[in-house]
Amino acid sequence: MNPTRSETFQLQTSDDVIRMRQMVRVWMVEMKFGLVDQTKMVTAASELARNALAYGGGGSVCMEALADDGRRGLRLVFEDQGPGIADLELALTDGYTTGGGLGLGLSGSKRLVNEFAIWSAVGEGTRVTIVRWTI
Amino acid sequence: MTAIPISKISEILTAYEKDILEDWVKEQLSAITLRRDLLSEADLRRESLEFLKLLTQALERGNPQDLATAEWTPVRDFLSALSRSRALQNFSPSETATFIFSLKQPLFTRLNTATGKDANALLAEVWSATTLLDKLGLFTIESFVRSRNEVIKRQQLELLELSTPVVKLWEGILALPLIGTLDSARTQIVMENLLQGIVDTASEIAIIDITGVPAVDTLVAQHLLKTVTAARLMGAQVIISGIRPQIAQTMVHLGVAMGDVVTKASLADALSYAFKLMAITFTRKTT
Amino acid sequence: MDKIPILKMGHFLLVTIQVDMHDRLAMTLQDDLTSRVVKDRAKGVLIDISSLEIVDSFIGRMLANIAAMTRTLGAESVVVGMQPAVAITIVELGMSLHNVRTALNVDKGMALLIAQLNGLAEDDGNEPNPE
Repeated sequence: MNPTRSETFQLQTSDDVIRMRQMVRVWMVEMKFGLVDQTKMVTAASELARNALAYGGGGSVCMEALADDGRRGLRLVFEDQGPGIADLELALTDGYTTGGGLGLGLSGSKRLVNEFAIWSAVGEGTRVTIVRWTI
Repeated sequence: MTAIPISKISEILTAYEKDILEDWVKEQLSAITLRRDLLSEADLRRESLEFLKLLTQALERGNPQDLATAEWTPVRDFLSALSRSRALQNFSPSETATFIFSLKQPLFTRLNTATGKDANALLAEVWSATTLLDKLGLFTIESFVRSRNEVIKRQQLELLELSTPVVKLWEGILALPLIGTLDSARTQIVMENLLQGIVDTASEIAIIDITGVPAVDTLVAQHLLKTVTAARLMGAQVIISGIRPQIAQTMVHLGVAMGDVVTKASLADALSYAFKLMAITFTRKTT
Repeated sequence: MDKIPILKMGHFLLVTIQVDMHDRLAMTLQDDLTSRVVKDRAKGVLIDISSLEIVDSFIGRMLANIAAMTRTLGAESVVVGMQPAVAITIVELGMSLHNVRTALNVDKGMALLIAQLNGLAEDDGNEPNPE
């Protein structure tokens, strides 16, 4: 599916995370997502951006607006070149953390979106893709 | 078959615009599918003329093989708008598509006259014209279906809104009587409406009454639990009432634990519990 | 650097979080608030988050931490004004925040703290006078 619009941002500091959250919000308002949809997606984005910062040593996010058969979607692709995740299944378990957080970043954000995909290779990095669709 | 230059069609459309329009309108008026009750002859004539002009312009500039190009945008926009208004007026798909397909007869007649005795030329022209009109007809039907789907989606949403009334029972007590099957989409709207109602009325207690809900499966039970938890985060308490014996049995069989959620057998029980929480007491007046 | 203002209201402290909090601000708030609880000998803390558009696990953890810290110092914290969309999202995210007390707005949060101060509320419920 080809995005109708796409932009990439760097995620290096916690201020970048806040700016990204605001961008996601603006895009979703323009795409006429409801308030709950917006809040879920912005929260998921915040979790994943924080992960990229905390575990990946910073990274980037690519925002893409999608259109498919009358519904609209927002796709976010988070990428970092950090150490990667050795056991994805474990990393997706509620409460599992190596960074002293609540361990809800991956598992929680998965529950907040319609589509969730993760790729990771030890020593190469991690890429998480999420999509939220309008009804 | 190789692409035939369509210059002739646009020439003919220009030269015989008036005649074709007359025949076409007559054709449409005689079609049994025309909804006289919904569409006046004047409107039909106006729409037909506008379409002929747009079609002629598009043919002069653009490639008739590819309707997706920019030259065809005005034609596509016109047909989308037409299909949309027809769909909103409850026309059927064939009634809507007749607009395009009834142009064939008048156009073919003129093509016949123009090509004279050259049968090959006539065949080529008719082929081009029919391909073009079929494409436009299909586009019209597709736009029609799309508009219809939008209408259905909107009505579904409206129905959902209507079917989840949040009512105020007392200062500080809301009730949400649910009737009918709960699916994921509906439960989400129920949840949002109730929580918004809690904020709007600053009610600390909300009662969800499920007497009218025929069955509760694991998913619905989970949705109810999430609503209770979300309300608690906002500083309100949700009581679930009207759990019928069969539903209580199903829930136990499904292993759904309502945890520390307050459940009551009836709405009346829930209300009296709410009064107790708010330290409201009633006494019967003795005469 | 910005600071989130802390207001004293009688025995209580009121914090209104209005900005999209970045990490340093959140850390500063924890420090400031605990110092103020001790300095003002506050009996309760109201944290108004009605302007917050999201609460992710970082902010959620901060709210839970503040509640635990002030409780240790003898002051109960009440988080007030959480928006419905935020509450729905927190539940879906899987955060329970069960140690954090909540109220619909500042008035109701204040009433909860006063009731508690007067010994009318029990220690482990959100509602006054649970059955």
